[in-house]
Amino acid sequence: MATRPDTAALPSKGGAAPGRPPGSSAPSDQDKRRRAKLSRRWQRDMRWSPYAFVAPFFLLFLAFGLFPLIYTGWASLHQVELTAPTDMNWVGLKNYTRIFDDDFFWNAAKNTLTIGIISTVPQLLMAMGIAHLLNYKLRASTFYRVAMLAPYATSIAAASLVFVLLFGRDYGMINWALDVVGIDPVDWQGEKWPSQFAVSTIIIWRWTGYNALIYLAAMQAIPQDLYESAALDGASRWRQFIHVTLPSLRPTILFTVVVSTIGASQIFGEPLLFDANKGASGGAEHQFQTLGLYLYEQGWVNQHLGRASAIAWTMFAILIVIGIINQLISRRLRASS
Amino acid sequence: MRARTLPLSRQRSGGGKPIARKALAIAAVVSLGTGLLAGCADDGGDDDSDSSSGGEGKTTITLGLFGTMGFKEAGLYAEYEKLNPDIKIAENVVERNENYYPALVNHLTTNSGLMDVQAIEVANIAEVVGTQADKFADMAKVEGVKKDGWLPWKWEQATTKDGQTIGLGTDVGPMAICYRKDLFEKAGLPADREEVGKLWAGDWNKFIETGEAYKKKAGKDTFFMDSPGGLLNAVLSSEKEKFYDASGEVIYKSNPVVKDAFDLTAAAAEKGLVQSQTQFQPAWDTTIANSKFATVACPPWMLGYIKGKSQPEAAGKWDVAVAPKSGNWGGSFLGVPKSGKNVEEAQKLVAWLTAPEQQAKLFKVQGSFPSAPGAYDSPEVTGAKNEMTGDAPIGEIFSEAAKQIPVQIIGPKDQIIQQGLTDNGVILVTKGKSAEEAWETATKTIDNNLDK
Repeated sequence: MATRPDTAALPSKGGAAPGRPPGSSAPSDQDKRRRAKLSRRWQRDMRWSPYAFVAPFFLLFLAFGLFPLIYTGWASLHQVELTAPTDMNWVGLKNYTRIFDDDFFWNAAKNTLTIGIISTVPQLLMAMGIAHLLNYKLRASTFYRVAMLAPYATSIAAASLVFVLLFGRDYGMINWALDVVGIDPVDWQGEKWPSQFAVSTIIIWRWTGYNALIYLAAMQAIPQDLYESAALDGASRWRQFIHVTLPSLRPTILFTVVVSTIGASQIFGEPLLFDANKGASGGAEHQFQTLGLYLYEQGWVNQHLGRASAIAWTMFAILIVIGIINQLISRRLRASS
Repeated sequence: MRARTLPLSRQRSGGGKPIARKALAIAAVVSLGTGLLAGCADDGGDDDSDSSSGGEGKTTITLGLFGTMGFKEAGLYAEYEKLNPDIKIAENVVERNENYYPALVNHLTTNSGLMDVQAIEVANIAEVVGTQADKFADMAKVEGVKKDGWLPWKWEQATTKDGQTIGLGTDVGPMAICYRKDLFEKAGLPADREEVGKLWAGDWNKFIETGEAYKKKAGKDTFFMDSPGGLLNAVLSSEKEKFYDASGEVIYKSNPVVKDAFDLTAAAAEKGLVQSQTQFQPAWDTTIANSKFATVACPPWMLGYIKGKSQPEAAGKWDVAVAPKSGNWGGSFLGVPKSGKNVEEAQKLVAWLTAPEQQAKLFKVQGSFPSAPGAYDSPEVTGAKNEMTGDAPIGEIFSEAAKQIPVQIIGPKDQIIQQGLTDNGVILVTKGKSAEEAWETATKTIDNNLDK
């Protein structure tokens, strides 16, 4: 504050003694008024500047966060098409009530759940294992850590396209390898479980390293003494992992579970690009259409803005329910520990 | 024991080289920043139209296109700029229409961000005519544009009920059947294009019968036709009325023509005459490269696509025969949005680009077949030959097909209906479902997609 030129004392000219302006031993009225004005201005500044500094975020949030939220809420109560967004027909809650008997929505919800489970569970288990290995003293450990993050840094589009080629039915490398060991080719895109498995593989490939690094960071914060005393007590590596590492990682594991669950409920890019048929239908029988894809299909392919908004809000509600369940579980876990 | 685990913090070098790190950080920020800026400039395009009157007094006309429409490749911009020294032409091309069209709809509904000229695919033209016509300038009133310069159905497609024409046709896709001479010979079928055409003349059922004959003696692992989607598309494109009736009602479920086409395709799939593929997917491309398809429904532009995917030794092994019934597949329009800054200049450019002479040049370079019959007698069209089909007179064959294309009623959601029928319908038959089940899945999907 002392550096503000309008409030800081003027530097004295020459000499060590503070000089005063000649001819005025006491501040004049004018001077007082000036100072009072400055002080008021300074107070205003102190009070309002912080708001000005945070304003850009809130303005952006208003424009790109709150407004779309309210607008989609409003649109979800209307029949409205993307070709004429201003032409709205009030339909009340019809867009929501129809979701109850919309087979495609529930099919997508089920797929989101199954893909979420078969991608999240192995992913976190593998991440834990990899983190444990990386936690040993290794040559070139930085290299491995960077390598772990490489898939995460790769664009979904590029990765998915490669996986589509790998999982191809007629000329894919995986079917070729299966053929070598005498297994019949699998229609990775056409059948339900193979396609969901393939989509999960892309997700696992992308996120395992990311989670492994989070686990690794947490593992390195565990005090060495614990391992030392465990070793003195004759605990094997495995027992050390079970009784020292895992309990210390509990908050971190909870965090990754929550983040992965949210991520899993929003799966979109991988199945979209894995779709052999253009148009976000998630396979010929919608066998890997997730909620995100269904929302996109209704809104951008079929141009039903109202229906898509209702789906978005329903997804939002589902996410909140998941969040509450997560909260309950984590509270119980914390209480039990 | 303990020494084997090494905390991250101990690995970090204490002070390191701050300057180098700072430089690195700055470099990273700068490169990210420029990347972002470049990204904005890429899809913006508004910048171009804003600066349209700047730069040595020249007027810049911007075109929003998709795919490879070939105006630039055929040298048409350069020619126009030479003829009109105060005009500069810039194009902004989006690779796929699936990405181009939603953005176009957004720009049209908000009436902003539009280029001086926008291309519209035939699959979307009905929807644009039906919902966005007031955003476009009437092309029929432009000097030198005459209705009878275009195939009548092409002109109708871009014209509203009150007679406003929102775009001029660039090309059409008269469909023939491309077939592999060598595979036909191996299967004991005639290889001459006249005789092949006679095998199935006038009736798609005969086409399936030919397929059965082919299958009996065919080379191993080859298929008579490329995909169920391709076959269904070929049959439906030769019908006058498919998914909508003249009054604009959706009739795809009750129209016997659609069900017949579906059942015909399903039967072909059950008999193993079509390969279980989706067109334009990587595996389909690879199958072309491996010469496993004996026939493909093929508008002129498909020859270019086949050439792009084939091995060099496939050149000259293809030939073109007349389709059982003539149909149309593909073709675009150029429209001029009213909100552009250079509406008049843009209209002049569009009229010039779609004139018969220019369409003929485009056909020669790009294989986009003219939508102006005036071009059909030009040497570029009559003398056209193609590397993949040897000395086949493709210009004559496709001109003949173009004249016989029925005036088809197209509706706003044709694309969604057809995609449902193929991708959620007949493709299932190749995976072992019955035609009945496939039809049910398809109609259920389509009805859900059409329901507002």
